[in-house]
Amino acid sequence: MADASLSLPAPRRVGLLARWETTPFHLFCAATVAIFLIAFLIVPVATVVFVAFWDGQGFTLVHFADFFRTSIMMEATWNSIYVALMAVVVATVIAVPLAYFTVRFKFKGAALIQTLGVIPLVMPPFVGAVAMQLVYGRNGSINLLLMDWFGFRIPFMEGLNGVIFVQGLHYFPFILLNLSAALANIDSAMEESAQNLGASGWTLFSRIVFPLAMPGYIAGAALVFAKVFDDLATPLLLNVNNMLAPQAYLRITSVGLADPMGYVISTILVLLSVLAVWLSLLSLKNRDFATQQRGGGGLSKRELRPWEKIGAYVFIAVALLLALSPHIGILLLSLGTIWSFSVLPDAFTFKHYLTVFRDAGGMMGNTVLYCGLAALIDVVLGTMIAYLVLRTKLPGRQIIDQIAMAAVAVPGLVLGIGILRVYFDVKMPFSGESVATFWVMLAIAYAVRRLPYALRSCTAALQQLHRSLEEAAECLGADKSAVMRKIVVPLMAGGILAGFVTSFATAAVELSATLLLVTRDASAPLSYGIYVYMQSPAGRGPGAALGVIAVVVVAVATWAAYRVAERDRAKRTREGAAA
Amino acid sequence: MSVAGVDIERVSFGYESTKILDDVSLRVEKGEFFAFLGPSGSGKTTLLRLVAGFGTPSAGAVRVNGRDVTDTPPWKRNVGMVFQSYALWPHMTVAKNVAFGLERRDVPKSEIARRVAAALDLVGLGAYGDRRPAQLSGGQQQRVAVARTLVIEPEVLLLDEPLSNLDAKLRVEMRQEIRELQRKLGLTTIYVTHDQEEANAVADRIAVLDGGRIQQLGAPMALYDRPANRFVAAFLGTANLIEGDVREGGRFEAEGFALDGLSAPRAGRACVSFRPHDVTLTADGSTLSGTVRHREFLGGTVRYVVAVGKHSVTVDTVHRRDARAYDVGAAVGLAIDARQASVLY
Repeated sequence: MADASLSLPAPRRVGLLARWETTPFHLFCAATVAIFLIAFLIVPVATVVFVAFWDGQGFTLVHFADFFRTSIMMEATWNSIYVALMAVVVATVIAVPLAYFTVRFKFKGAALIQTLGVIPLVMPPFVGAVAMQLVYGRNGSINLLLMDWFGFRIPFMEGLNGVIFVQGLHYFPFILLNLSAALANIDSAMEESAQNLGASGWTLFSRIVFPLAMPGYIAGAALVFAKVFDDLATPLLLNVNNMLAPQAYLRITSVGLADPMGYVISTILVLLSVLAVWLSLLSLKNRDFATQQRGGGGLSKRELRPWEKIGAYVFIAVALLLALSPHIGILLLSLGTIWSFSVLPDAFTFKHYLTVFRDAGGMMGNTVLYCGLAALIDVVLGTMIAYLVLRTKLPGRQIIDQIAMAAVAVPGLVLGIGILRVYFDVKMPFSGESVATFWVMLAIAYAVRRLPYALRSCTAALQQLHRSLEEAAECLGADKSAVMRKIVVPLMAGGILAGFVTSFATAAVELSATLLLVTRDASAPLSYGIYVYMQSPAGRGPGAALGVIAVVVVAVATWAAYRVAERDRAKRTREGAAA
Repeated sequence: MSVAGVDIERVSFGYESTKILDDVSLRVEKGEFFAFLGPSGSGKTTLLRLVAGFGTPSAGAVRVNGRDVTDTPPWKRNVGMVFQSYALWPHMTVAKNVAFGLERRDVPKSEIARRVAAALDLVGLGAYGDRRPAQLSGGQQQRVAVARTLVIEPEVLLLDEPLSNLDAKLRVEMRQEIRELQRKLGLTTIYVTHDQEEANAVADRIAVLDGGRIQQLGAPMALYDRPANRFVAAFLGTANLIEGDVREGGRFEAEGFALDGLSAPRAGRACVSFRPHDVTLTADGSTLSGTVRHREFLGGTVRYVVAVGKHSVTVDTVHRRDARAYDVGAAVGLAIDARQASVLY
């Protein structure tokens, strides 16, 4: 036995691959992912930052000095910060009471609030922006009514207010969802021990409940801030140009790709965006720490008293109406003949839809093609990354994962500028067209931007797969790629499909990168079409019709993904219950 | 079905600070039912996984039927493994699960159908081919896992704690079934468990592992009767371990404790080990006297803990209707059967 050995046997030369639990197939996956991320994420973004600090010979801060000396840039900076913060405030005012209702009280409104949490997300803010002007603008439906009845107006949509209002209404679900989850995770023992020590009512809420839920709130608020700060399309459509993102876009498109100011702005956008997303992740990380105690349920729920119930329903009704107003507005706009200086359109017609189907069929085809390709790239890369991270010990796998996830913090505008800068002078082999404006590049840009969604979905699916399911197949003679095809992918199918649909649906309404990379109407997707139509008063009707079509596509796709995922899950658990 | 032996030659696993296996050697004979027994963290599952090809030893070699398979990936080994969690693929029917390994081996379709049916019949689940794994009970899933492994006619069968997810009654039934199946097929089998009763019941030979090393290797009764060290004595069944000195002539002395008539090869510092049922209690203080500290009635036996000097001795007495019971605090004499005791250095 052990003591019989006087000298240890020579250590085997264990190959690095074996030590990393990696096969050539895994290396191939890692290389594919790495090349994609380097070529289409790291190099473009790094180039943008590099150009901002480059004067032709070496490092310089001159461009930044110029930026801070230019009064219009400073104004744009403060406007962007102001708008982003105020949008957080608007979102908070709507989301915090709703979140509190769902976790604290027993009433049927909770289901309504759940619905409320999804409705705004299916329509990007820029689609609804023009319609919102017709509903809430100076001469919009609401102000006309207010004028008639009470003799005053509320400047919902004046200048920056419009951006704040539209964005706040669109993004409040981010806070609602994160905060509800955080509140629901609080162990009842946390609350009970405080009650046991004499705390109740407002003291209990402000000293115990809210601090424990704070990380969830911050996570949501930071995301809202970052999204609003980076958004290009909504300010452009509302004709608000004195903000950072529109300034960068106008600089690049009017002054040209060589103008350094666009890169300085982009660098600032990336920095703030990364900061906000990092803050959001950080606060979520600490949440487990605060509330992870097993055994207890959530906060205790109580019935609402009658007058409280009325108050709650009135609040929900108002919030629901506000959340739905872009949808209602866009639908009215798409069906109306003329809508100007009136509460409702003068008459209704389907001709805008006919126009759109006649003229914009190509755009719909393009959207399906680009977004389908982007979503396909996303799920393939997402599955590969998830597999590398969860199933091998390959050095650097975490870095690949983090870089892919970091794409969430890169504004579409910045990615678009970066890709233009890097690939503009690269020509396609036969046509001589620039690679940067070739349609595949747009699909790739979408894929980079949406990769985090698909990746999260694939990772979650793979995490639920017990590793012995793969080992059993290996024992029975399946090599790594056969295991992937026969066991892993079929069992991850639900998650992969959900990732595909999420990527597809969100890419379909992406506009920032689209505006930069589309040069000809013939190769333009739906989102670009909406933008172009909305520029002219005559085009608003067809633009709105396109918007409705986009929203329906996104909503149906989201619903389908949800159903597929549910059925997939139910199929397994139902059978388990029947046994 | 070609049956093979397994040689594990001086295998280590893990690097410096995280050494999981340390210079392990053993040989499993053809057709033998072999068990790796040890507490959690002893390295027994790691060793089994190395035989299956999951992981590469940092030193040493694994041979199946004399063939060095150390660098062979799992899918080229033809070593069948039944997983603790069964690892049945939920997206395939029972029949599809069982057919998988045959499909990987390009067996013709008609033959696959025949062999799948035969394998399911073998485990008594002939009628369940079209079910999904989630529709089966735990015991049935276990049988499917066994059938899926046996159908490829592996050279060696590996079982990783196969019964730990079943309830106590089913565990006893299943272990008998597995043993009978193994005998019928004459299959070389390695069985990992932390349950000594399970290992004793099924195995021809057992390797007791702890801390990544083999502590002792032998037939179940031999291990129980002649433990090689303190760990094995305490891990297999209950043992009284008393540290002291062995004198010339087979006498053992410790503070307030002495035992004569041992067969001890040499004098010196040692530990005497004896089983609770090798002690008889008497009312008069004969050679050794002590005081009853605890008494537990276990049904067939009564277990006493008796203080002898500074030592505690556990004593099992067979219970009968008219047997004498001693109360806590009673003074008793102890007679230890020295021929059954072991001396551990």
